[in-house]
Amino acid sequence: MAQDTAPPRAEEHEPEVAVDTARGGLTGLSRLEIIGGLYLLVGVALAWLGVGLPADAIALQFGVGEIAPSLDLNPAVSVPVLAGLIAASGLVGILDRRLPRLAVPALVAGTVLVVPLVLIATLSQSGVPQTNVITLLGESLRLATPIALGALAGLFCERAGIINIGIEGMMLAGAGIGFVFYGLVGQAAGGWPLYAAVVVAVATGAMMAALHALMTITFRVDQIVSGVAINLLAIGITSFLRRQVIIPEGLGGGVTLPTIDLPGLSSLPVLGQLFTGRPIFLSMFVIFVLVQVTLFRSAWGLRVRSVGENAHASETLGIDVVKTRYQAVIIGGMLAGLGGAWFSLETVGTFDDVMTNGKGFIALAALIFGKWRPWPAFGGAVLFGFSEAFGARLQLLGAEVAGYPIPAQFLQSLPFVVTIIVLAGAIGRAVPPANVGKPYERSR
Amino acid sequence: MSQAPRQGEQPPEGRGPADERRGAAALLETYHRLAPVTVPLYALLLALLVGAGVMLIAGANPFEAYGALFAGAFGNPERLVRTLVRSTPYVVAGIAVALAYRAGLFNIGVEGQLLIGGLTGVWVGTMSALAGTPAVLYVPLVLLAGALGGALWAGIPGVLKARTGAHEVIVTIMLNAIALRMVDWVVTSREPKILLDPDASTPRTPDIVPAGQLPDLVPGTAIPVGLLLAVAIAAGAWYLVSRSTLGFQIRTVGTNPSAARYAGMSVPRIIIVSMLISGAVAGIGGIIAVNAGDSAHLTPGLLRNVGFDGIAIALIARGNPLAVIPAALLWGSLLSGAPLMQVQADLSIDLVRVVQASVILFVAGDMIVRTLFRIRPERGAGGSPTPAATGWGAQT
Amino acid sequence: MVEAAPAARRPVVLEARGITKRFPGVVANDGIDFALREGEIHCLLGENGAGKSTLVNVVFGLYEADEGELLVRGEPARFRSSADAIAAGIGMVHQPFQLIPVLTVWENVVLGAELTRGPLLDRAAARERVAELSERYGLAVDPDARTGDLSVGAQQRVELLKALYREADILILDEPTAVLTPQEVDGFFEVVRSLLDRGISIVFITHKLREVLAVADEITVLRGGRVAGAADPATATQASLAGLMVGREVVFGVDKSPASPGEVVLATEGLTVTDERGVAMVRGLDLEVRAGEILGIAGVEGNGQRELVEALTGIRQPLSGRITISGRDMTRATPRRIADAGVGHVPEDRGKDGLVASYPLDDNLVLNGYHRQPFSRRFVMRRGPIREHAERLIADYDVRTPSAAVPAGTLSGGNQQKLVIARELSRDLDLLVVAQPTRGLDVGSIEFIHRQLVAKRDAGVAVLLVSAELDEILNLADRIGVLYRGRFADVVDRTEATRESLGLLMAGARTTEEVA
Repeated sequence: MAQDTAPPRAEEHEPEVAVDTARGGLTGLSRLEIIGGLYLLVGVALAWLGVGLPADAIALQFGVGEIAPSLDLNPAVSVPVLAGLIAASGLVGILDRRLPRLAVPALVAGTVLVVPLVLIATLSQSGVPQTNVITLLGESLRLATPIALGALAGLFCERAGIINIGIEGMMLAGAGIGFVFYGLVGQAAGGWPLYAAVVVAVATGAMMAALHALMTITFRVDQIVSGVAINLLAIGITSFLRRQVIIPEGLGGGVTLPTIDLPGLSSLPVLGQLFTGRPIFLSMFVIFVLVQVTLFRSAWGLRVRSVGENAHASETLGIDVVKTRYQAVIIGGMLAGLGGAWFSLETVGTFDDVMTNGKGFIALAALIFGKWRPWPAFGGAVLFGFSEAFGARLQLLGAEVAGYPIPAQFLQSLPFVVTIIVLAGAIGRAVPPANVGKPYERSR
Repeated sequence: MSQAPRQGEQPPEGRGPADERRGAAALLETYHRLAPVTVPLYALLLALLVGAGVMLIAGANPFEAYGALFAGAFGNPERLVRTLVRSTPYVVAGIAVALAYRAGLFNIGVEGQLLIGGLTGVWVGTMSALAGTPAVLYVPLVLLAGALGGALWAGIPGVLKARTGAHEVIVTIMLNAIALRMVDWVVTSREPKILLDPDASTPRTPDIVPAGQLPDLVPGTAIPVGLLLAVAIAAGAWYLVSRSTLGFQIRTVGTNPSAARYAGMSVPRIIIVSMLISGAVAGIGGIIAVNAGDSAHLTPGLLRNVGFDGIAIALIARGNPLAVIPAALLWGSLLSGAPLMQVQADLSIDLVRVVQASVILFVAGDMIVRTLFRIRPERGAGGSPTPAATGWGAQT
Repeated sequence: MVEAAPAARRPVVLEARGITKRFPGVVANDGIDFALREGEIHCLLGENGAGKSTLVNVVFGLYEADEGELLVRGEPARFRSSADAIAAGIGMVHQPFQLIPVLTVWENVVLGAELTRGPLLDRAAARERVAELSERYGLAVDPDARTGDLSVGAQQRVELLKALYREADILILDEPTAVLTPQEVDGFFEVVRSLLDRGISIVFITHKLREVLAVADEITVLRGGRVAGAADPATATQASLAGLMVGREVVFGVDKSPASPGEVVLATEGLTVTDERGVAMVRGLDLEVRAGEILGIAGVEGNGQRELVEALTGIRQPLSGRITISGRDMTRATPRRIADAGVGHVPEDRGKDGLVASYPLDDNLVLNGYHRQPFSRRFVMRRGPIREHAERLIADYDVRTPSAAVPAGTLSGGNQQKLVIARELSRDLDLLVVAQPTRGLDVGSIEFIHRQLVAKRDAGVAVLLVSAELDEILNLADRIGVLYRGRFADVVDRTEATRESLGLLMAGARTTEEVA
C-alpha cells in the first residue's frame, strides 16, 4: 500500500508501455483474458447441459391482466442460446487486446445474462412452468430497498474516508426506535404518528452515525471496531426496548405505510406495476438521483470525495476535513435509518429482534460490488433482492433437481458467493477511496 | 482497583520536597504503566455507569439490579459452574479472533467458523460407520473434525487475502451468511434428510454418540472438560504468539507487513497459516459449545452471536490470549447473571447487551478513558497491531 | 512602482516575529524572525529537521505557533487554518505534492474554492479559468486530464495553478526542485522569475546550496530550530552557507582509496521489471558490480531505481531477464534466499520497510535472522542471545539509545538508520544493496554511514548504491550508472564524471559514442 507521503512518480514517461505489459507476472495473461476464458468454458458447458433440458415450453408473462404480453420459450433452445451468448462474451474478453473497449461491457452483459438463464432453466424443472417476470422484478426491487438505502449509507461514509460496517446497527436502531415511537405515540394505529415515526427512524440513524463519527473521527478509534460496537449496541438497545416497552405494551400488528399509486406512471400498461408501491420504496429512486447529483455534481460532493481520497491535501486547501466527514457520515446514517424504517414501519408493522437480519452487511456487499458508485451499487442491491425474491418464488413453483426441491438457502447464498468473487478481483479491480480507514489527525 | 495517584495530591508527611517529587513521579509512572490493566477496568466501570443510566430511565434501582446480576452469576456453586460453562465458548472464540488479530487480520468470520466446526464435528460424532469407536479415540476425532471444518472455512478468506488482497472482513461477513444458510439447510432439510434428527420436536441434529462427547472434568460435577481445553488453548496460543518463531513472524506481519516482507518472511504464507490456526481454534470452540450443557447436538441458532462476542472479548483483551480468559469470564457472567436480574429487578436481560456494547466502545476508544482518567497515551508508534481498517476493499 | 527601488528598500509583505513551535519532546522553531519583501525570493536554507517546514506550516496556517506573531503586509495576522492563510493571499506548493490523483486537473485546482452555479459545480467556468491561468503563466496542462496520470513536472504545474487560482501573491515553495532533473530545475527557475516579475513574492525552501546561490535575493539559514544567520547571496559561498547550516566546518567528500575491484558478484542480463500497475520501469537492464567496488546508480527518482532494487532483493518478481549473485541464478529467488546468500539490503523507506517501529531494538536487530542459531532453536526464540547481539551492535554502530528494550520508533531518524545499517552490515556479506541511505539525516549520521559503506567496500563487499543525491553518488561511487526510463543512459567511471555530464545523462541525453 502506498503511503500518502510517497513522492509522486514520473509515470507519464511512456504510457504506451503500460498497455501491453498490464498482465500477470508468470502466466503472461491479463485478468480479462482469464475471466474471458472462464466465461467461455462455463458458457459452452451450460449450452451443452441446456440442450438436455425438457423441450416443454415455459411461459414468461409480463404484467397482469388481459393485455399483458406473454412469452413462450422452449428451454432446450433458449437456454443454449443464452449460454452461447455468455460464451461469446467470454470470447470478446479473451480478445481484449484487439477489442479493448468491448471486453469489459461484454463481460458485464454476459454476467447479466446469467439471470434469465437461471430463471428459464429453473422453470423448466418446476411443476408450474410459468411466472410473471414483472411481478418478480417488482418484488426484487421492493426487497432491494433496504439494501440499496444501506449501500448509499455506506457510500457517503466511505467516499468521505470512513469505513462503515455499522450500517446493520444503524438500520436496526432506526427500525426499533422508530417503531417504539410509533407505538407509544400512535398506538401503532396509523395516521400522522406513522410518518413522524419515519422521521424518528431517520433521526435515530443519524444519531448512531454521529456516535460512529465521534468514535472514528474525533477519537480515532479503529473504524471497523467502532462499526462492530455500533452493531452490538443497536442489538442491545432494540432488544431491550422490545422486551421492556413493545411487548409489555402489546404494541405491534399495526398499520404500515400505505401503498401509493403514482399518477400517470402507475397506469402504464406493462410496467405500471413497478410504480405502485409504498413510500420508502418509491422514494428510493428519487434518493438515488439526489445522491448521484450531490456527490458528483455539487461543490460539497467534490469536497466529500476529496476528503476521502486525501484528507491532508484537502486540509491544505482550507477544507474542514472533520466537519465534512461528520456531515457525510451523519447523512449516511439518516439513509440507513430510513432503510430501517422500511422493515418495521413500511413492511411488517411491528418490531422483532434483529429484524434487519443481516441486510446491512448485504448492503455493504452491494456497495463493494458496485465499486463505490451509486448506480452499480443499486444494481448490486437489485441482484441481492432478486435472489431473495426468486428464492421465495421457487418454494411456490416447487422446482426440483435430482428429485429434491432446490433449497432456498442455496439461492440465498448465491449473491454472497458472487460478492466474494467480485471482491477477489474477478471483474475488474474494486478500488476504494484512497483514504478510507485511515484516521485523520488535524495538523497542529 | 488500586488507589491511583494524581497530580496535586497531598504529599505524605516527613519527607523533603525532592523525595516527595521523586516519589510522586515514580507513582505516576507506575500508574501510567498499569494502563493495559487499568484501561479495561475503567472502561468496564464507565460501561456499568451507562447501564445504570439505562436502569434509572427504566425505573429500576441500579444497585439492586447489579446485585442481582452478580448473585445470578456467582451466588452459589451451581450458578458459578453455569457461569464457567457459559464462558467457555467465549474463551475459545476470543482466542480465535485474537490469534488472527495479532497477524493484522480482523476475523469477523469466527461466527461462521464456529458453525462449520460444530457441524463437521457433529457429522463425525454421529457417523454410523464410527459407532463403537472408544472414547479415547472418538473424542479427539470429533475435535479434529471440528478443527478441520473451522480451518477450512477460515482458510478461504486467508487464501483470498493472501493471493488477491480481498479484505478478510468482507469475505468473512459473506462466509458467515453462507455458513448460516448451509447449516440451516443441513440441519432442517427433510428432503433430502442430511443431519436432521427426525424424532426431535424442533429442527436439530441428533446428539453426538456418548463416546464422542466431551466428558465431565470431574465426574458428577457437570464441569465439562471443555473448560480445561479452553484454558490449554489459551496457554498454547500465548506461547505460540510470544515465544515461537512462528509467533514472531505473525506479530511482525501484523504490525508491519512491509518490513516483514523485506525481512524475508512470507507474508501470504503467514496470513494463510494464521487464518487456518484461528479457524481451527474456532472449530474446536464450536464443538465445545455443542457439548455445553446436557445435550450434544447442533441447532441452527445455537451459536448465534458467539463469534461476534468473541470479537468483543479479543478487543478487550487487546489480542493477548491470556487476557482473553478474564474478558470471556466477564462476558459469560454478565449473560448468566442476567436472568436473575430480570426476575428481581424487572429488567430485560438484553440490558447486559447494552453494557457489553458500551464496554467495547470504551475499550476501543481508549483515548476517551485515557482522557477521563489522565493516563498518558501510548508512547512510540504504539504496540497494537495494524488497524483492522487498513487495506479495505481489494487492494494488494 | 517598485522596480527602481533598491532591494533593501522594497516593502516587507510577510514577517514572522519570534515564532516558537513546540512538539512533544522537541522545540521545532525557537524564536524565529523572518521577513519577505515584495517581488523578492527569500531562501530558507537548513538541514533536515532544522525547522524549515515547521516554520512555513505555521505561516500557511497548518500549525498554530505557541509564541510569536505573523504580519502580512504590516497587519498582524492569526491563521486558524490554511483557509485563513489562503484568504490572506498566501499560496503553498507542498512537497510531497498535495494532489488528489483520481480527480481531474480542474477539480484539483478549484477544490475548496469552487465556482458554482446554484448548488452545483460550474464545470465550464472552472475549465475555462484553469485554461486561462495556464495560458497566462505559461504552465501548460490539460484541465481535463486525470491528475494521477500526469508527469511529476506537470503535477508541479498543477500545484502552482492551485495557488495562482486563489490569487496568491505570496508563494511558499517547499523543496520544489527535489523531484526535477538539473535541466528541469533551470526551466523551473524561469517560471519562478516570471512570477517575481508579476510582483509575486516567494519563500523558497531548499537544502541545496547551489540553487540558493543561483536564485536568492535574501538567505536565512536555520539550524536546530533557530535562525543560524542570514547571508548575502552576492558574497556567500557554498562553504560559508554549509558552515552556517551545520554549525561547523564541513568536509565535502569522504577519504577513500582507489577501489581494487575483484570478481563479479552481481550481474543482471536484460532485466525488465514492472511496477504495481504493470508499467515496465526497468527495461532490459544489464549491469555488473564487482567485489570491492561501489556502483552508484544516479537518476531522477521514478526512472526505475525502486523497481531495480526491489527486483535485486527479491521483493518484486522481474518480468524477464536474469539476475546472478555470486554465480548463482537468483532471478526469482525469495527475499529470504537472497538474504541468506549473503546479500544485505538497506531499504529506501526505513520506517516502513526496514524496521518495526513498535518493536524493541533487539527484535529489530534479528528481524531477518531470528530463524538462525543462536537466536532461536527448534522454533522457539531465545531472548538471551538476541539481547546480547543487540547490545554488541548498539555499541559497535554508535546507536544512541537508553537501552535495547525501547521501541525503535522512539529513536531519531539517524539512529533508526544506524540500526538498519547495523543489522545489515554485521552479517557475512558478498553484496550490499543500499537505497537512499542518508535521506533526511543530519550531517553527523551521514558522515558515519558513508564511512561504514566505504569500509565494507574496502573489505571486499560489492556495493550497489542508489541515491537521488548527486553529491552522495559523486562522493562514494567508483563507477556511476545513470538510469533514465529504466535503462542506463550511460555507465561512467567516477574519475570521468562531472555534475554537468551526469545532469545531462539524467535528462536522457546519450553519450556521443552511443548516438553515433
